[in-house]
Amino acid sequence: MTTDLVLLAVLMFAVTYPSRALALLAPGIDRLPKVVLDYLQLVGPAVLTALAAVSVMVVVSDDDVASFHIGIEWVAVFVCLAIVARKGNLLLGLVAAVGIVAIARAIGLAAIPA
Amino acid sequence: MSVIVFAGAAQFAAVGYVASGLPWPGIILLTFLLNARHLLYSAALAPWFRDLPFARRAVMAHVLTDEAFALSISHFRRLGRTDEWGYWVAAVAVTFIPWNLATIAGVALGAQIPDPARLGIDIIFPAAMIGLAVGLITGRRELVAAIVGAGVAVAVALVSSPSIGIVLGGLVGPLAGLLVPKATTEAGDLATEPQP
Repeated sequence: MTTDLVLLAVLMFAVTYPSRALALLAPGIDRLPKVVLDYLQLVGPAVLTALAAVSVMVVVSDDDVASFHIGIEWVAVFVCLAIVARKGNLLLGLVAAVGIVAIARAIGLAAIPA
Repeated sequence: MSVIVFAGAAQFAAVGYVASGLPWPGIILLTFLLNARHLLYSAALAPWFRDLPFARRAVMAHVLTDEAFALSISHFRRLGRTDEWGYWVAAVAVTFIPWNLATIAGVALGAQIPDPARLGIDIIFPAAMIGLAVGLITGRRELVAAIVGAGVAVAVALVSSPSIGIVLGGLVGPLAGLLVPKATTEAGDLATEPQP
């Protein structure tokens, strides 16, 4: 990492830290109305599934055009979901997901991402 | 970058942007959008940490990631109270230290792996996110928030950008969840409020 990129990292920190700290450091957060606290309880599932869904369903090309993607990654993520829901074992789910994708790509059933 | 920024998705994106020659202001803006979801995590965790000293919360904020949030908030809900050590374990021992060690390993050894995509490593992130989400889904409200959040995120990502899609999914999903009547016997219902 060059000196230039350290400066870039510092700038990236400068726009990331406020998002992380604002609500944690703001006074009066404990006096929020009940409906707001209920809303915040639901943020986790929504954001995490949003991250997962966008990661496997949306592909952005080099010229920044997003397209809908259907592939073996769906199966892998679903299998991981099922294992975690049934067995409560995330590590096993991750191993299964990686195995499915690796095998599918190795035997030519799925394309290798660029 | 792994120590200073400590935000995996933004780091992956930044490496690609730098390699493609995108000007820095564009990289900074995209980093801000990509990491804006942390505001939601921060707000969700704030009631649990309200009694902790300001300086400690300031440090906690730097190590707040998707993984730290999901692991710690499901832990707090299970306990029905805040467990500060639990947060440090989730954020530092389980996430920050391994992430930085893996970064060093990647720099040292990455070139010897001819094609990492062939190994299916790229599926770990979405699979981990969905697995962590499962731990937070304790009732119909959470389930609806998760499904709507994912749907909105994908739809918006297709017409704008993935970063905006993720943030909007995270904002709209919980609104949909609130429309579902709260079952009084819903699992985890009593454990979702922070206890003093």
